[in-house]
Amino acid sequence: MPTTCDWENSVFKRSIENLGNRTLQAVWRIGFAARFFVAVLLHSGTAFRRFGLTIREMYFTGVLSLIIILVSGLFVGMVLGLQGYETLQTYGAEDALGILVALSLVRELGPVVAALLFASRAGSAITAEIGLMKATEQLSAMEMMAVDPIARVVAPRFWAGVISMPLLAALFSAMGIFGGYLVGVQLIGVDEGAFWSQMKSAVDFEQDILNGVIKSVVFGVAITTIALFEGYDAPPTAEGVSGATTRTVVTSSLAVLALDFILTAFMFRGLN
Amino acid sequence: MHNDNLVEIEDVEFGYGDRPVLKGVNLTARRGQVIAIMGSSGCGKTTLLRLIGGQLKPGQGRVRVAGQSVGELGQAGLYRLRRKMGMLFQFGALFTDISVFDNVAFQLREHTDLPEDAIRDLVLMKLHAVGLRGAAQLMPAELSGGMARRVALARAIALDPMLVMYDEPFAGLDPISLGVTGNLIRRLTDTLGLTSLVVTHDVQESLKIVDYIYFVSEGVIVAEGTAAEIRASDLPYVHQFVHGEADGPVPFHYPAPPYADDLRLGKQRV
Amino acid sequence: MNRTVLDFWVGLFVVAGIAALLFLALKVGSMNTVGASDSYEVAARFDNIGGLKPRAPIKSAGVVVGRVADIHFDNETYEAVVTLRLDNRYAFPKDTSAAIMTSGLLGEQYVGLEAGGDSRMLKNQDQIFITQSAVVLENLIGRFMYGQAQEGAPQ
Repeated sequence: MPTTCDWENSVFKRSIENLGNRTLQAVWRIGFAARFFVAVLLHSGTAFRRFGLTIREMYFTGVLSLIIILVSGLFVGMVLGLQGYETLQTYGAEDALGILVALSLVRELGPVVAALLFASRAGSAITAEIGLMKATEQLSAMEMMAVDPIARVVAPRFWAGVISMPLLAALFSAMGIFGGYLVGVQLIGVDEGAFWSQMKSAVDFEQDILNGVIKSVVFGVAITTIALFEGYDAPPTAEGVSGATTRTVVTSSLAVLALDFILTAFMFRGLN
Repeated sequence: MHNDNLVEIEDVEFGYGDRPVLKGVNLTARRGQVIAIMGSSGCGKTTLLRLIGGQLKPGQGRVRVAGQSVGELGQAGLYRLRRKMGMLFQFGALFTDISVFDNVAFQLREHTDLPEDAIRDLVLMKLHAVGLRGAAQLMPAELSGGMARRVALARAIALDPMLVMYDEPFAGLDPISLGVTGNLIRRLTDTLGLTSLVVTHDVQESLKIVDYIYFVSEGVIVAEGTAAEIRASDLPYVHQFVHGEADGPVPFHYPAPPYADDLRLGKQRV
Repeated sequence: MNRTVLDFWVGLFVVAGIAALLFLALKVGSMNTVGASDSYEVAARFDNIGGLKPRAPIKSAGVVVGRVADIHFDNETYEAVVTLRLDNRYAFPKDTSAAIMTSGLLGEQYVGLEAGGDSRMLKNQDQIFITQSAVVLENLIGRFMYGQAQEGAPQ
């Protein structure tokens, strides 16, 4: 029978302690991540002075993500074409298919889906690579050779990701619009002239395309920072690295969706 | 006298959080010597190397390398000092994404403006010194454990440092690689005029090559002396360590309540 | 991997990315927001603007000639003041009239301009005096119903 003495060992006490510890841990990590982010920005000189380092990383983050981005973009656009046609047809507005495909891609799907794919393709790879370099003492070795790993390893990856992300998002959107065109115009037979001209008159460069690019740059910063931080902070063991890789994908996907809401609220609030 | 000592460690204390690791360590390394730091696993040997390399700062006491107090240097000063230090990590810690050649060339490219021709010659010289000139174009994944460690050694001496630290250079090597690595450490120390600090628990191999040995146990130096002195030592800890006895001052059993109590002998089972 | 091969791929990636951006900018979108440098602004006062929004198109003879830059309420005359930003390429006479129209029955609202016969042209910061307010559907239906009721009523 539980008495007051049992409080010391009770499940409640332990779970409250656990919760408190986890909260403290989370706050501590956020602080550490912020400091890490500032350190990366401050040590970015090398990434630009020796741009070859950044180009090399752009191969691994950007070029290697191309296939998945292009193929997904095409399919997403084709699905948009089909679904959009089905819906618009009910109102006799098939001609607006171009607008629907282009606006949904350029404003939302392009930046967001490309960012989610980028997080799982490039983000996880970055975390695994940095985590392994840490686990095998490569980062320590670099420090002992009087080379700052933040400047030499982390910063070039950061800038490669930040540069690659908007390019990938643009390719995703362009590919998606092409997919929508294939299905809508070539397959279903929406008027080609209406498709392009309605799209052109409804999509605004500044409001839609530029805002989409700004979104993808912000997502690029968020994903690469999370991926690099998780790798840098990973416990130097096999489980540590694999756990960090998972956390990168989960955290950066959530961050992308949350940031997307905030950015959308700011960008399109005063519009209509 | 001071000029003769490259590394001086005075009353250094250090702990991770609440857990003290080093409790007042004194140690000196004279130029041109091979010094071994021995002790059972987890006794703070690697921590000692990190303190000398400046990756950790001592809580108490002072670590001096070539007259400079390591713990008090800023990042720029520390990096300047580290260019004169080499470190061999336990499993080599080669950069896995670049070739053996590029690994050895890494510091030369980072810290010097030498033309690529000169770098090539220097790298091949260093690789030749460790007997792996032929492996220059291999990737680290293609090397055996012993070869990887020799490449790491070539990388550590790329900038002709005055001090080279070895973290467990003998761990996990077959007898031949073991002898090769041991001889290399001795030979490079003598020919290049280095000072070597070897952290190890391989007694037999290191007794063959070192000039002076420190025994660390539970955060303090428990014994020191030349190889002959250590072999002849009758301190119980050193004796146990050198002869590899299972029980002694270092107990076989992890601290536990009495065996009989744990098995609940003589008590009624509930 | 060879350094030049790597550089080539990255170069190709960057070129493709920029081409995609250009495609989006030129083929998909257009500079709907006319810059202040190549446009002029005129004001028009309406009793009721209906559902007109900023950035709505301004059309004359069906051609988009500008965009609505700003809408605000004049607290002295109790009228809506709509700032029209017109493309420099198009000039309109002083007595041009502006009306708020709807594309289709339920479509987007826009400002329609009908050119007058004056020989002087509208300049920056001028005002259009002849305006016609939006047709509010509710009023129209209300009036229709009222009319029906009147007609049906015994004399």
